[in-house]
Amino acid sequence: MDVRSNEAARAAEHIARESYGRLVAFLAARTRDVAGAEDAVAEAFATALRTWPVDGVPGNPDAWLLTVARRRQTDALRRRSTRKASEEHLMMMADEIEAAASAPGDIPDRRLALMFACAHPAIERGMRAPLILQTVLGLSAIDIAAAFLVPAPTMGQRLVRAKTRIRDAGIPFRIPENDELPERLDAVLDAVYAAYGKGWGEVEGDGTSALADEAIWLGRLVVSLLPDAPEAEGLLALMLYTESRRSARRSPDGAYVPLEEQDTALWDDRLIDLAEAQLQRASRTGPSGRYQIEAAIQSAHVARRRYGVHTWPAILALYNHLQRLTRSPVVALNRAMALAEIEGPEAALTAIAPLADDRRMAEYQPYWAARGHLMATAGRESEARQALTVALGLSTDNAVRQYLQRRLAVLHTD
Amino acid sequence: MKFMLMLYADEKAGAAIPPDQMEKAMQSLFAYQDALEKAGAFVMTSPLARTRDARTLRMEGGEVVAAQRPDGSYFVAEGGELRVHEGPYAETREQLGGFYMIDVADMDEALAWARRCPAAQWGPIEVRAMISGY
Repeated sequence: MDVRSNEAARAAEHIARESYGRLVAFLAARTRDVAGAEDAVAEAFATALRTWPVDGVPGNPDAWLLTVARRRQTDALRRRSTRKASEEHLMMMADEIEAAASAPGDIPDRRLALMFACAHPAIERGMRAPLILQTVLGLSAIDIAAAFLVPAPTMGQRLVRAKTRIRDAGIPFRIPENDELPERLDAVLDAVYAAYGKGWGEVEGDGTSALADEAIWLGRLVVSLLPDAPEAEGLLALMLYTESRRSARRSPDGAYVPLEEQDTALWDDRLIDLAEAQLQRASRTGPSGRYQIEAAIQSAHVARRRYGVHTWPAILALYNHLQRLTRSPVVALNRAMALAEIEGPEAALTAIAPLADDRRMAEYQPYWAARGHLMATAGRESEARQALTVALGLSTDNAVRQYLQRRLAVLHTD
Repeated sequence: MKFMLMLYADEKAGAAIPPDQMEKAMQSLFAYQDALEKAGAFVMTSPLARTRDARTLRMEGGEVVAAQRPDGSYFVAEGGELRVHEGPYAETREQLGGFYMIDVADMDEALAWARRCPAAQWGPIEVRAMISGY
């Protein structure tokens, strides 16, 4: 397939995706029955695939799809409900949906409300990202299961359970009020970032990752539907920065390449520009949240590696701020790596010394890799070898294994 | 909770790996054991010798029935005789080539460790919970 038809296919896919999430969100917001809405929309798409090639694409595809989906949904509801009252309720709903379907391009966008329902505190944290990927983007349980490393039937059951919970626990389909918003938005953003994180690991094939693309798409969606949310903009910027380096993080023979050794000519300028613009918009009221700070750190890395600006002190200051905000050992570890660039490896080793007692670090690969790197820089070879060996043993990625084996080989010959 | 990580691979392909690559594979396996020990999850491990030197004992010629004897005990085969064969299953593509016994909280943790096992690169890993109390 040539580039242009590839792009056309991608565009068509995105239009379908726009409609899918919009329709599911709109129908589910009425009934809180996400599974029922998905079934109705899936049937509408199936009908479209049968009839459009014959009858032609309707003038307003969304309205057409909504009308068909609505019919399926009310049929299904009617089969289930017997009470007169619900019959009346159904009529009212049908009228409302009919009105929406007849006003072209005017189907209210409830996708953000759907995302808030999926990332509701009553939904198990680990299921929020899979749920959003399925309901807003229409990803199959099989694809989601592969990314989240669980068997497909297990993922299928968990998704069904979560949707039942949305319906039965009375989880609202709305954008939370002001005082509640920041915390609830964090949950949505965390779910999107979790999806991105799953996509980040994928490197096979053409070098792009489907799930990372989906997560960035979701990030854009949140930004477009929720104006004046700097954290959402910060997350989008962060994902774009990270994405811009995708092709630089593997050597020609497939080994992992750390940021410091990446060929910056391989960085994607277009994505960096988008990220910088997004970060600027996010920071117009000053950096505040976690994602904005992390994006600002990435921006400083770009300035440093690309234009040789000495931004380590700024990076350290940003990590200090982030550590106060999150109290996360992962942040403490990254902060120490910046500290090493300014005050040397021993200062950094002192800074991460308390982490040695943290049980979670025993199985945290980046901790051992960072520790090994600092020990090696400090000339403490045998300790470096020990730490890098544990890092090697904790790696799940062959590219990282190759990189660490090379580092260990250098230590042995020194 | 103890789990067996049973590592399967094509032993013919394994035997054909050049020495320098084998050395790297062994290094990553030793590093894996180091990481297991550091996390307090290691119980034991061993590679297994090639299947052509293995023997399988099997009851043959009799009738396979599940029945209860008058004394209340159960038996499943009757009337056969025990024969010894070479190897385990000659027709399978992948053979059990080694195992790790680990001690972790649950299946999720066991799977996380199985993911880190370098042997996952060259064949499937069967993860089985061991029944406690034996």
